Amino acid sequence: MTSAMRAADVLYTQAELEERLDDILCAALSSRRSAAAIAAGIAPLPRAQQEFVLGWAQVAAHNVAELGYQFTAQAPQALALFGRGGTEKWLLHALDAYDKEGLYPACAALKDLAGFKRRTDAAGEGVALTEVTRVLELFLRGLAGRRLQLEAADDTWTDTETIFLPERIACYTSREQNFSLYKAIAVHHWSQARYGSFNVELGPALAAYAEPGRALAWLNLLEAIRLESLVGRSYAGLAALLAALRPELPARLVAARERLSQADSSIADSVLLLPEFYPLPLPEPFPYMGSLHPQRAAEVRGERIAKERRALYTELEQLRQTAQAERNESQAGEPELDVDSSFDTLEFELQIDGEEVTPPEEVAKLIRSIIQDFGEIPEEYLLASGPGAYAAEDPSADEAASEVGESQAVGGRLYDEWDFRRRDYRKDWCVLFESDVLPGDPGYVAAVRVRYAGRIAQLRRRFEALRGEDRLLRRQTEGEDIDFDAAVEAYADCKSGVEPSERLFVQRQRTERNIAVMFMVDMSGSTKGWINTCEREALVLLCEALEALGDRYAIYGFSGWTRKRCEIYRIKTFGESYSEAVRGRIAGVEPRDYTRMGVAIRHLSGILNEVEAKTRILFTLSDGKPDDFHDGYRGDYGIEDTRQALLEARQSGIHPFCVTIDEEARDYLPHMYGPASWVLIDDAGQLPLKTADVYRRLTS
Amino acid sequence: MNDLHDTRRLSADLDRIETEPYYEPVGGEVALFEAAWASRVPVLLKGPTGCGKTRFVEHMAWRLARPLVTVSCHDDLTASDLVGRYLIVDDETVWVDGPLARAVRTGSICYLDEIVEARKDTTVVIHPLADNRRILPMEKRGELLRAPAEFMLILSYNPGYQSVLKELKHSTRQRFVAIEFDYPRPDLEAKIVVTETGIDASTAERLVKFAAMTRNLKGSGLDEGASTRLLVHAAQLMRHGVAPRAACTAAISLALSDDPEMLTAIDELASAVF
Repeated sequence: MTSAMRAADVLYTQAELEERLDDILCAALSSRRSAAAIAAGIAPLPRAQQEFVLGWAQVAAHNVAELGYQFTAQAPQALALFGRGGTEKWLLHALDAYDKEGLYPACAALKDLAGFKRRTDAAGEGVALTEVTRVLELFLRGLAGRRLQLEAADDTWTDTETIFLPERIACYTSREQNFSLYKAIAVHHWSQARYGSFNVELGPALAAYAEPGRALAWLNLLEAIRLESLVGRSYAGLAALLAALRPELPARLVAARERLSQADSSIADSVLLLPEFYPLPLPEPFPYMGSLHPQRAAEVRGERIAKERRALYTELEQLRQTAQAERNESQAGEPELDVDSSFDTLEFELQIDGEEVTPPEEVAKLIRSIIQDFGEIPEEYLLASGPGAYAAEDPSADEAASEVGESQAVGGRLYDEWDFRRRDYRKDWCVLFESDVLPGDPGYVAAVRVRYAGRIAQLRRRFEALRGEDRLLRRQTEGEDIDFDAAVEAYADCKSGVEPSERLFVQRQRTERNIAVMFMVDMSGSTKGWINTCEREALVLLCEALEALGDRYAIYGFSGWTRKRCEIYRIKTFGESYSEAVRGRIAGVEPRDYTRMGVAIRHLSGILNEVEAKTRILFTLSDGKPDDFHDGYRGDYGIEDTRQALLEARQSGIHPFCVTIDEEARDYLPHMYGPASWVLIDDAGQLPLKTADVYRRLTS
Repeated sequence: MNDLHDTRRLSADLDRIETEPYYEPVGGEVALFEAAWASRVPVLLKGPTGCGKTRFVEHMAWRLARPLVTVSCHDDLTASDLVGRYLIVDDETVWVDGPLARAVRTGSICYLDEIVEARKDTTVVIHPLADNRRILPMEKRGELLRAPAEFMLILSYNPGYQSVLKELKHSTRQRFVAIEFDYPRPDLEAKIVVTETGIDASTAERLVKFAAMTRNLKGSGLDEGASTRLLVHAAQLMRHGVAPRAACTAAISLALSDDPEMLTAIDELASAVF
């Protein structure tokens, strides 16, 4: 076995597998049945799973070769379905059948993968990633650090931005235990990103060994020990969880833990210990450990570092300019920036000229992410000269194309656009055209209504409760009429010497809502497919709810292709009722081109401001950042223009609000809409149900 | 009749705060408040729920040795609830001051908590009190109350609410000096939990760590993270023998969300520190 373990990470080739299978299964093989097909199935599996299959194939074939053959043939599929623990159980179940009923039922049991899965699922012991994704994501978000995505994959590992986990865990008999393992896997890989397992280049360090795969396996193990103790410093409960799942450490590793559990230990310490452990036999990996892919993690990390360095530079430049503007003349030179940070807590203090400044949340997040990658904010990040190699993109690239007034403006309206670099508007920069959405499938809305019938009834009830109606309030302290019941009671109270109530009047209360809302729907190309479906369904549900409520509303879509062709699509105007034609247009909402948001906001704010209402709301449904084709709208320019358009809207008395499904929204939406004027819906599928709820909360 | 009037007047003494309410300053807010008081400028306290706004006001009232009249605003609170009204006593009508009039008469500090919840007509009485006129017109009595130098008006307001109908009007907010509150720094927050509840320092630190984790979830399905007040509640439960995890669930998780997945996630976060 030792020789097999030496090459811990090197896959068996198909030929090697075939040879071993020939050995194990020889009695079941014939000229029609060769081991080659089976070997082909097992060859792509990770090494640990290959070992696992071969080991159990031996056990099964020991009973009768045919069972070994059936097992190995089905094993790849079984592993994908049940994981290792489940596959073991599936085989043991078949061996049981063999003992009790003979070969034929045992083979049938092995072939009936779907049935076994159904039964174990019904027993409720396995946990699927999809069931726990949201809980785990929220959980990881709660722990400090960069945001991590969770994805299902055959191999368990992290690239420092995404954690790849098994699709299903059924290693234990109880759901709680299986969930705990998920949690442990998530925590372990989160800690690799959080405590910098990839913060040094591992390639050269590993290449020095004769068997880099083996060195990597040892490094993975040493890191697991180091990370467990680091996690334990802040989160005692998590360290206990990890420790409970792994076997007792042998004496040598306990000694290593002493060295790795220093507060300032880093991946470098694990690398330093590697020569000592490399020659020793590898222990079984801990159940929550996946594999390390230093190369792929380094790529992701490298991209992030470049991106974040640019972003931080831009942000700091703004802070610097503000500080410069506030300075009195006696102070010479550039304002001096300084960041004190702690890798341990990810807390930091940003100082400009020795004065502490609290940066906006997005900047704070950026700084914390950089601290994770470097342990601190590197000196050169704070220099005013900026990252030479990473100079910001040239803003004036499209200056040449700035002549307007050509024939394409016929029938269009011209709008100014905000250029944040000039701090001024570009006059008559965008040409906007308004047109009706072409009607789509006439039966669409009816079909959605049927699908969401229960939900719509519920929405209508809830919205009706909000509806402002004239109410007669009894027993008021003042009002336009006497409440006779109360007056009689009060008179009686007086006569009997009891203090009478002073609430003797009825009051007609008019709780008129007087709200007008403009729904601005993203019809850019990126909404193609599923998101578009969700948007349309959201619109149907909104209309149904708003009809019950009686708020005045209009729906417009927006898209566009460069500043010369910004499009606004009418779906429902304020004057129109929720008619057959409107329903047809909702069905016809489809993805078009780009997302030039500023001009759309300006145009729709104009329409909204023509409506007489006490409260006006501009409600945007969006799937991402402002963006346009080729003329520099993408990025800061678009965000700043959109922000400016929203500020204009706000000044004219409109309340802008945004519902988005863009995971990165947190980075820019607070800047555009303000801290409390947006909502992120994690899952596009929730859009139809949640949007109406958001609107209800917004206006109650 | 006079009795009734007198009892209402006397109650200003009941508003007096005798012992020092515990408050841990986080920045320059005490000095700022004192300066505002000295220059007779009203104050607007902004900040999330449970971060210490009310306690701060109590503390300042004690510091300045003024009685404190607190009104928790709700959506049925009208201007006449604040100013006062006539009651019928023995075939006679008797005027009874509302809390705001009482505070003006006695030169107290009047604290209108969560002002955006109140009916819009309350601004009618707040505005003349909050600018340099410092008067309270009592239309029903035909009386104009002039606020003495000691009187001070304080509003509190949570800007995190997402309802457009619950925004403070500019004409109101621009009459006030604003002090922004946030949750205290971790070391300070732990100290507050220890002082409030007498729990041991290490448990308090863990609670604060847990609170920080829930605050990371703000915007991902939680409107607010755990407030300092919730931490105090949890610590009090623990002091009375409730197991830490159970105390966190009862006092914090369930207070923050009804969403089962969110609850699971928050409970899992609690298990990371306890």
